[in-house]
Amino acid sequence: MKTFAKITIIFCLGIFLWQSWDLPDWGDKNSPASGHLSPYFAKNTMKDSHVPNIVSAILADYRGFDTMFETAVVFSAGLACFFLLRRKPPKTKSKYYRHLPTGITVKITGEGKEPSKDSKVFRQIDSLWTPYDLIIRKTTQYIIPFVQIFALYVVAHGHYSPGGGFQGGVILAATIILFAVSRNLVAGLRWVSEKAASVSAAIGVFIYAGAGAMCIVLGKVFLNYEALREVFGTDSVMARYYGIFVVEIGVALAVTTVMIWLYYNLSSSGKHDEGL
Amino acid sequence: MEIYEIILKNYNYWIFIILMFTGLYGVIAKNNIIKKLIGMNIFQTSIILFYVSLSAKLDGTIPIITETDKHKPDTLIDASNYMNPLPHVLMLTAIVVSVATIGVALALAIKVYRTYETLEEDEIRRKIASGYTGEN
Repeated sequence: MKTFAKITIIFCLGIFLWQSWDLPDWGDKNSPASGHLSPYFAKNTMKDSHVPNIVSAILADYRGFDTMFETAVVFSAGLACFFLLRRKPPKTKSKYYRHLPTGITVKITGEGKEPSKDSKVFRQIDSLWTPYDLIIRKTTQYIIPFVQIFALYVVAHGHYSPGGGFQGGVILAATIILFAVSRNLVAGLRWVSEKAASVSAAIGVFIYAGAGAMCIVLGKVFLNYEALREVFGTDSVMARYYGIFVVEIGVALAVTTVMIWLYYNLSSSGKHDEGL
Repeated sequence: MEIYEIILKNYNYWIFIILMFTGLYGVIAKNNIIKKLIGMNIFQTSIILFYVSLSAKLDGTIPIITETDKHKPDTLIDASNYMNPLPHVLMLTAIVVSVATIGVALALAIKVYRTYETLEEDEIRRKIASGYTGEN
């Protein structure tokens, strides 16, 4: 099997390397990929939607359908993970709580009475918990707010600089995953619960599809933001500008929460009691 | 001399092709499911690099309209000053979808491990052949 695989790979590798001679040169201005459609985008983005970042304009306006279903794919990936893995945590397993004022760790097994979920004195921790680590705790505490501000900047400034919904959403999700990694999964769940994550993922997709459907209601075709000019109270060019922004927010919300949701399910293999 | 020219003319494509077949070899020949997934990820990365490299233009800037071009009419904007934005858009979405596929693939790997208690392909096959239906 392995020798067969090697022979096939080397054969195909040879064909591909040989054929790479016919591909356009690096940096060729007249390569086929740079002809036909893409000069149109560079010439017309300012006229059509007043967005200098051509990538954002294509992503949310010219190829809006593609991105909408892309967001739906990301959402259904989160959903698939949920349906594959999620199950109730085992009842018999012992749980560990830290008594916050004294720092004592309490182990509760079997029939023992657990403290209430929103207890201010006892806090659940992982069974593989490492001792209180000042450096990690304080470093993440100081990093996370700044990274979140940067993520919001990336989302909001996607019209003028590299950025947009996908990138900003992933950065925002990274902060919450960083928090869950640096403390434990339960602390992450206390900040963004599973319910909040899944519902806002659906809301993100709904914002995108809803913005498209709104255009039908107002008398244009699906995802033609020109129809929203009455809603935003501007001319049709600026209506596209704001339409792109609304859509980017939907994408950012969906991507952020799906990433968090995926992390919760994968790190605890669906039990949500303790993770990485 | 000739052979150096052939390689150096398109060496970027050579890198992507070698990366791509490294990934494909991992998917075909490796026995462990996680190693197969790593191979799949390498494959996807090589495709992304290929597309981004196709979008490059000599002396071209990033696809954001510059201050001087902002107020020009569309006939005066020279599109060859900007990199091709279309592959950037396609790869932007492809990266996100690759994260989603990796997530689902890892979930399936966890499910397989939960059922067969192994991630080695030959052991899973042996267990299926012997009528093993799993713990739960």
